[in-house]
Amino acid sequence: MNENIPIALEARNITKRFPGVVANDQVDFTLKKGEIHGLLGENGAGKSTLMNVIYGLYTADEGEVLINGEKVEINNPHDAIDHGIGMVHQHFMLVPVFSVTENIILGSEVTRGTTLDLNKARQDISRLSEGYGLKVDPRSIIEEIPVGVQQRVEILKALYRDANILVLDEPTAVLTPQEADDLFRIMRELTEKGVSIVFITHKLREVMDIADRITVMRRGAVVGTTTPQETDKQGLAEMMVGREVILEVEKGPASPGEPVLNVTNLSVNDDRGIRVVYNVSFEVRKGEILGIAGVQGNGQTQIAEALTGLRNAASGEFSINGKKMPSGSPRRLIESGLSHIPEDRHRHGLVMSYAVADNMVLCTYYESPFARGLRRNHQAVLENAKKLIHDFDVRTPGPLVNTGKLSGGNQQKVIVARELSRPVQLLIANQPTRGLDVGSIEYIHNRIIEERDKGAAVLLISAELDEIMSLADRIAVIYQGEIVSIHQTDQITKAELGLLMAGSKL
Amino acid sequence: MDRSISWKRFFRQWGAFIILGGGVVLGILYFYLQNPIITEAVLASAVRQATPLVLGAMCGLMGERAGIINIGIEGQMLLSAFVGYLVNAWTGNLLVAVFVGVATGAVLGLLLAFMSVTLKVDQIIGGTVINIIAVGLTGYFYQAGLTTKGKLAPIALGKLAELPIIGRALFNNPPITYAAIILVFVLHYVLFYTKWGLRTRAVGEHPRAADTVGVNVYRVRYINVILGGAIAGLAGVFLTLEAVGSFERLMTNGRGFVALAVMIFGKWSPLGSWGAALLFGMTSAIQTQIQFAGVLDIPHQFIGMLPYLLTIVVLAGVVGRSRPPAADGIPYEKE
Repeated sequence: MNENIPIALEARNITKRFPGVVANDQVDFTLKKGEIHGLLGENGAGKSTLMNVIYGLYTADEGEVLINGEKVEINNPHDAIDHGIGMVHQHFMLVPVFSVTENIILGSEVTRGTTLDLNKARQDISRLSEGYGLKVDPRSIIEEIPVGVQQRVEILKALYRDANILVLDEPTAVLTPQEADDLFRIMRELTEKGVSIVFITHKLREVMDIADRITVMRRGAVVGTTTPQETDKQGLAEMMVGREVILEVEKGPASPGEPVLNVTNLSVNDDRGIRVVYNVSFEVRKGEILGIAGVQGNGQTQIAEALTGLRNAASGEFSINGKKMPSGSPRRLIESGLSHIPEDRHRHGLVMSYAVADNMVLCTYYESPFARGLRRNHQAVLENAKKLIHDFDVRTPGPLVNTGKLSGGNQQKVIVARELSRPVQLLIANQPTRGLDVGSIEYIHNRIIEERDKGAAVLLISAELDEIMSLADRIAVIYQGEIVSIHQTDQITKAELGLLMAGSKL
Repeated sequence: MDRSISWKRFFRQWGAFIILGGGVVLGILYFYLQNPIITEAVLASAVRQATPLVLGAMCGLMGERAGIINIGIEGQMLLSAFVGYLVNAWTGNLLVAVFVGVATGAVLGLLLAFMSVTLKVDQIIGGTVINIIAVGLTGYFYQAGLTTKGKLAPIALGKLAELPIIGRALFNNPPITYAAIILVFVLHYVLFYTKWGLRTRAVGEHPRAADTVGVNVYRVRYINVILGGAIAGLAGVFLTLEAVGSFERLMTNGRGFVALAVMIFGKWSPLGSWGAALLFGMTSAIQTQIQFAGVLDIPHQFIGMLPYLLTIVVLAGVVGRSRPPAADGIPYEKE
């Protein structure tokens, strides 16, 4: 890139401390006009903290922010907006029951007298959305439009406030590959019109594809700034993690045996009683990994809940090792050899206020050696915990620390340790690496492959296509509650999967 | 509200309401043809019975639209009624008494806001605290035998008051009853057509979203809860200075809680709450008429249950599920 391009945004020496941690340690960051600047780092590396400081959600303890070369005071989002900074948060900041227009104007309303002038607002929004190629209907209600469109609304929200610096926080986490491509096209279009973009992510491929420059953060500090031309995925990963990592999961060919899990004509309703899974049938064999690929909210959650006993099936049945399983009995399933890594570790995986040791016996606390009659055997629980903490490399101050105090990756390791320390016949792993950093992902992937090779049947549900592609031996695509088709992994491409996930036919 | 809401959506939300309202109107016409005098009396009584309920409901919905549950309406009404009554008994001035009563409600609103927004106390506990304070204070300072010096008297609005059916009910009322009707429309406008309303609803649905676009969540919540308290105060002084003319222990008699039911029935909207309050007021008025007439040989306690029964039936069956603001009752934590 040309050295003479002016600098849109500069952060100098930013330090932000939270109780017990330094989230940003003397961070320097520059964003040039019209560039897409990838900000890469593991979870907890301080990317979001830095951007929240720039957006005024946090106040930095030290350091300063310059916009177009001038020092500015940003104490709240309002100041940031006034300086032309817009932010699209990872979890959208949209009111679900409001219309697109109402969401966009909130906080910067146009009025005639005291009355909101929604007509003028709608015209302005239409003009903006045509100008930048961001198609939305200003009248639709947020909760009724797809996630990809909601994201466009978020971007429009920033543009409506005349943002020329746009911060996108993990924008592709919720998108299908096609929607992500669409977003990249929009990002390019925006930069051509003079908008500068900070693109926060932990996905290496995406920064390599789209970013002009890349800054990598680790443990609250900037490791370095580079460009896609000067480095590759491997190099970036090492900068992120601080050691060599193996990105490609190494696995040998599967040697499938007899079916372990057999699902026939399973239908499931959601909490509102609406049918979300229709007549799904599939089997998972000993020694293979079946991946279920699909955009979130297409019924995967309910399938997993039905198969793990957390939800009653509406109709249909499933069996483990030929034995028909009752609906809604997690304990019977666990005793039949099920291990479950749940989608939402806070709700279904752990009791956050329990000690790590107690969470590690959550499925077996009533059995010997952890209980003798009605009495618990604390000694055995503690020894079990010590062993698992060592074997699974859980970073915790000790076995009696509250699980809620651990980082996300270590909480997930507690679950994995508990579930894999029992003899596994069937492993259901739902989003096993969501929100984890590269190092933890690598670890968990290897453990799952290891279980497969030891002869477990694995059902893997994930919204990350890369994860499915690299782990699964066979892939079932789910769309609107139906299994569209099942493929051998080596016989389908990622693009084809993306199309199937979006409901198209091949 | 954005005009973009399609008619289908509108009907799905308010259809049951409209049909119910239409039925009630037809019923009123029928009885008016049978007996105009009693019908007009029932309607006038319904409007006045509805006044404290609709005021209470508006206090509730102002808070809840901004995400603060207020179950202290009963206490706000009770203490305001008492203070307004004492001020009037001492000064003899009605206007000052009304003003002080309203201010009392606002102060209790401030207390609730302080507890739930700043201290992040559980909002049910906060409301209960207010109810207990009100019962305690009014009980302790209660003096038997005082009466107010005068009452707020009906003002007939000229020819309008002579209109058939609705004239007496709508255009021959004392000031607070008028104020309640006007407030319904003002609040509807504010909530759905102004900047403040948009921000209030956003704060009640998704406070963080509002925060990130520069809306001060705490300020919006404080102001709404305080203004809501003032409206509950108005409901209180209605009881002592307009309806009864004296104070009795626990004279709110559960109206603050019924107001919450009215608010839910009205789907957290001023117009809907008004409709619900009128329906409730009407059953109360009819119930009184039935007792007076003595036409039915049923113990009066059972007839007295009518309004409450109706509330349950309507809430459970006719209205359908109504959805509270998503962030209702959840304290907002800035990170």
